[in-house]
Order: sequence, then structure tokens, then C-alpha cells
Amino acid sequence: MIAGVVKTISGVRPAWWVALVLLILFPFPANDFFTVQIGAYSMILGLIGLSLMILAGYGGMVSLAQLTAAGLAAYVVAIFGVNSNDVLGFGWSWWIVAPLAIAVGTLFSALVGLIAVRTSGIYMIMITLAIAVSVFFFARQNYEVFNGFTGYAGITAPHIAGVDMRAPLPFYYLSLIGAVFFLAVTAFVEGSPFGLALQATRDNPRRVAALGYSVTAIRVFAFALAGVVAATAGVLLVILNGRVSPGTIGVDVAIDILVIAVVGGLRHPVGPFLGALAFVLLENFAIDLIDRERFNTVIGAAFLLVIFFSPDGLLGLWQKLSDRIKPIQTPTKSEH
Amino acid sequence: MALVAAAILLWLVFAVWPDWLIDAIGRKKTFVTTLFNGLTLAGLYFLVASGFTLIFGLMRNVNLAHGSLYLLGGYIGYEVSTRSGSWILGVVVAFVALAVIGAVLQVVVFRRMQGDDLRQTLVTIGISIIAADLMLAAWGGTTYQFTPPDALFGAVELPIISVVKASGAMVMIKYPFYRLFVLGIAIVVGVGLWILLNRTRIGMMIRAGVDDREMLAATGVNVDLVFVLVFAIGAGLAGLAGVIGGTALSIAPGEDVRYLLASLVVVIVGGMGSISGAAIGALLIGLAEQFGLAYFPTYGVVLTFLIMIVVLAVRPQGIMGK
Repeated sequence: MIAGVVKTISGVRPAWWVALVLLILFPFPANDFFTVQIGAYSMILGLIGLSLMILAGYGGMVSLAQLTAAGLAAYVVAIFGVNSNDVLGFGWSWWIVAPLAIAVGTLFSALVGLIAVRTSGIYMIMITLAIAVSVFFFARQNYEVFNGFTGYAGITAPHIAGVDMRAPLPFYYLSLIGAVFFLAVTAFVEGSPFGLALQATRDNPRRVAALGYSVTAIRVFAFALAGVVAATAGVLLVILNGRVSPGTIGVDVAIDILVIAVVGGLRHPVGPFLGALAFVLLENFAIDLIDRERFNTVIGAAFLLVIFFSPDGLLGLWQKLSDRIKPIQTPTKSEH
Repeated sequence: MALVAAAILLWLVFAVWPDWLIDAIGRKKTFVTTLFNGLTLAGLYFLVASGFTLIFGLMRNVNLAHGSLYLLGGYIGYEVSTRSGSWILGVVVAFVALAVIGAVLQVVVFRRMQGDDLRQTLVTIGISIIAADLMLAAWGGTTYQFTPPDALFGAVELPIISVVKASGAMVMIKYPFYRLFVLGIAIVVGVGLWILLNRTRIGMMIRAGVDDREMLAATGVNVDLVFVLVFAIGAGLAGLAGVIGGTALSIAPGEDVRYLLASLVVVIVGGMGSISGAAIGALLIGLAEQFGLAYFPTYGVVLTFLIMIVVLAVRPQGIMGK
């Protein structure tokens, strides 16, 4: 395990370290808007996208319920923490609420997995979509727990060592730590026995079963792992916004997450973060190009273009470009 | 078992309820109205889901833009019927327009990526995002309501006794005629589809295509043409349902997602690709939704969801699925 971690860290290419340093330095030239609304927000959306990428990229399972796992974690924070709605709001300490929220999101994702892995492919998309929409309608109609249409507002942010975590700089670094941590975990898991088994279930579930593995257990565990990532993003989201409502887990947002992951690329864990950055930039600056009202048309068209022309997303595009720039590559590994 | 259940249901509908029953589950009027509302909704769901399941059954195309077709059908029907003053014309134009759009979709989009399920699904999601946004641009966020033709307007007295007053006068249950009409249309469409699939040459080709596409092509049938036809029928039915449903309820942004979800749940429960499965699924979901709404309002959605989970746990391929 430790040897594996060391191997993963030492295997990181220098370009990644440069990127990390640039990301750490990013808030200093940038203003608060860019630090939080572009930088940190992209990382949160990227984390939810990463949750989907783990399932879709490694497991071949497309789940549209990952945003719902994030949203439920956010609701847990509102319910057990402090909110200004006079509904529930137990005011528990952050050290309990945050892990509890992540646990609930993880459990939800695992339960979705338990139902969804009975099917595969397009059936799974439909079932997870149906679950996501059902939870959305339930949250909107239930006033005892979810406070219905209004949801929760005025959720306080944690103060760690006297530092308000909602302030731009601390929040940016909190998100960065979350993003980098889960990117590293994903990279590590990819090469771990579990990760290999998961990729094997994607390529040939029958053979994996014949080897004596439980395909169901592997897939459900992948859902749980993806749930941890999504729920953490949900906690970050509620720290950023201070509110959560059924709109947070609406089906349009769930589709946005799918767009982000697919546009970024499902082949590599960094893809969803690229997709999220592109999405957030488009969301904020598309107004300058076209009417803000028609933002969804732009997003939908971009999504269609990517699916039609580059099924591997922006990462695939990058790959194609770099292949074209240096067409003759010296093979580093022999093929046999 | 089924006979006993049917007998109990018939008794519940036609008998005058004794006091203990009213104490237990409330007034008979609520029960019968809810039952009819559930049946009407089931009819509507069947209209939308039958097209969805037909397309999937033959082509394995999951058309997640199906809800958008429903909503677009509703808007087109609204425009035509308010401008021409003829509701029937609205229904016909919506069916034809959506059938044409469906055929174009099949030729332009689905034929290009036949066999690539995931890409098709993603493309239809993209299309539904754009369609929802463009419809919002064209028709705004307002809720539209149709007026059905005068012949279908108003309420009719059902031959069902609600209560017998102390004076001995019988109070009959009244129900909007239009909603019964929706149920009638659903039954007509269902029977029509059954005849089309089981009693005609085209239907034979479609059924053969569902079982083995390559063999059908090998016998000299132009499979591409059959595909376009089925897609047109499926999309046209969604458009038709848009007008029928928009008249029974209303048309507004967001309805596309609602009916997409309904179609998904109905075909998941009933079994993908089966028309009779769509009918059974629509009945279950429509009744569950309305009874949930009437008897435990907050948890109506959960009831629908529970049905789906139970079916998935027992029969992952759906009740009538192969």
C-alpha cells in the first residue's frame, strides 16, 4: 500500500508538478471573482464530474445520480449544521457534520449502485436518471426534512483555526486540496488491484466473474468510491453557496455534470476538471458573445459538437493535436 | 386471485359504501375520482411511452429527447388550434409535424451512429437541452391551456352511485368528459398499435426486426425504411400526446422532463420494447401517482419509485420484457 503510494507519487510527470505550482499561485494575480467563481467553482464541478468519470471511465457505468449524492451531502450539512430557515438545523459542529454528510452521500451512491448494477449500458443511464429525478421531486415536495421548494439558506461556513473557510483564499485552497487529493486517489486506485478489476469488469464482466471475482461487489464499491468524491464536492458546494435547494439537484444540473465529464474526456481523471473549467468559463463569459438567455443552446451545441467530432472530449482533441504536431514518435516500449 | 381482486374492485366502484368503509378510507367520491384520474393519466402515459418503447424495441435507440417531442407537439398543437379554431386540426398537425421531425432525426442523427448506444443517448440529451432552450425562447415560461372542442367539454354523470341521501335520492358521481375521452384515445391507439403490429405486413416486418434485424434485411426488406417509419410513428405519438395531455392538464417548460421521466419509468417497469408492457407499466404508474397524490400527498413520487425498485429487484428486464 505505502509502496504503491510512493510509486504513484514518484511516477508523477514534471508537467503535473508545474501545473500544481501554477494552481497554488493562481489566486495571487487573480481577483476574488476569478479565484472563487472560476477557480474554486470549476474544481467543485470537476470533482462531481470526476465522480462520474470514475464510474464511466473505469467501470463503463454512466450514472446521472452523482450530483444527487453531492446534493444530499449538502442537505445533510444544512440539516445538521446551522441554517437560517428555522427548520431543523441541529447546529452540530463541523467536525461531525462534514464526515456525516460525506458518509450519507457515499451511502446513497452505493445504494444507487446496488439498484443500478442489476442493469447496464443505456438501462443504467435511464435508471439513474429516474432516481435523480425522483429525489428531486421528493425534495421539492417534502417539507419535514428537505424544507420543500425553498430548501435551506444561511448555512454557516466552518471556521478552522479562526479562519473563515468561505473567504476567497481559504476556500480556494480548500477546494484545491480536495481536487488534488481525489485526483491522486483516483490515479492510485487506477493501478490498484481494485482499479484493475473494475476496468476488467468494464471490458469483459463474464471473464471477471469466471475468475472468481464478484462483479456486483466491484461495481457497487466503485459507486461507493464515486460517492465519496461527489459528497465531498457537495460539502464544498454548500460552504461556497451557503444554501441548498431542490434546484441544486435538478435534472438540468445533473445533465450539466454529464456534459462536463463527456466534454472534458472520460479517459483520464483530469478530463472532468478541464470540462468544468470550459463550462464555467462559457457560463460566465458567453454573455459577451451571445444573449445570456440562450446559454443552454450554446452548451448543448458545444456538447453535440464534441460528441460528433471528438468522442474522447477535449483530452482526445489535445491528443489528436499533439499527434499531428509530432507524427513520428520514437517508440518507448517494445510491443512484444 | 386476480378474479377476487377484480371482484373487490368492481364492488368498490359500484356498491354503495357502508359506513365502516368510509370511516376507514374516506369518501367513495374521492376513491372513484382518484381511480378515474389514475386511469386517465395512465392513458396519457401510455400514449407517450408507447412511442418510446416502440423505437427502443426495434432500433435499440434510447431517445432521451422524447419528452421534448411531447412538449413541442403540445406547443404546435396549441398554435394551430388557437389560430385555426379547430382543436382536431391541432391534433392532426402536431402528429404529422412530429412524425416528420422524428423521421428527420432518424435519418440525420441515429443512422449515423447505429449500434453505438452511449453516443446516441448523449446526442439525444444534447438535442433535448437545445430543444428545451429554443422552446423557452419561442414560447416563454408561461403555462398554456387548451380548450377542448365543445362536444368534449363539461362533465358527465357516471352510472356510479356516490351516496344515497337520507331522503332516498341517489347522488351520482360526475366526471369531466374530456378525461374519459383521453382514456378512450389511449385505448384506440393501443388497439391500433396492436393491429398494426400483429395483423399487418408492416407489423410483421417490425416484429421480425425486433427479433433479428440482420435476417430481416437479408430477406430483402428495406430495413432503413422500416426504421424511419417506426421512428415517425413513435415521434408522432409523442406529439399527439402533447396536444391530448396539454388539453387535459397544461403545457409549460419542464413538462418535457416530466414526461420523459414518466416514459422511462413506465418502460422500465413494463419492459423495454413491449407495447403491452407499456400499457401495464402506464396503468401501474398512473394509478400509483394519483392514489399517492390523493391519499399520501408528499410520498406519491416515492410510491412510483418503489414500484420501479421492486420490479428491478424481481424482474430486471421489466414485467413484459424479454
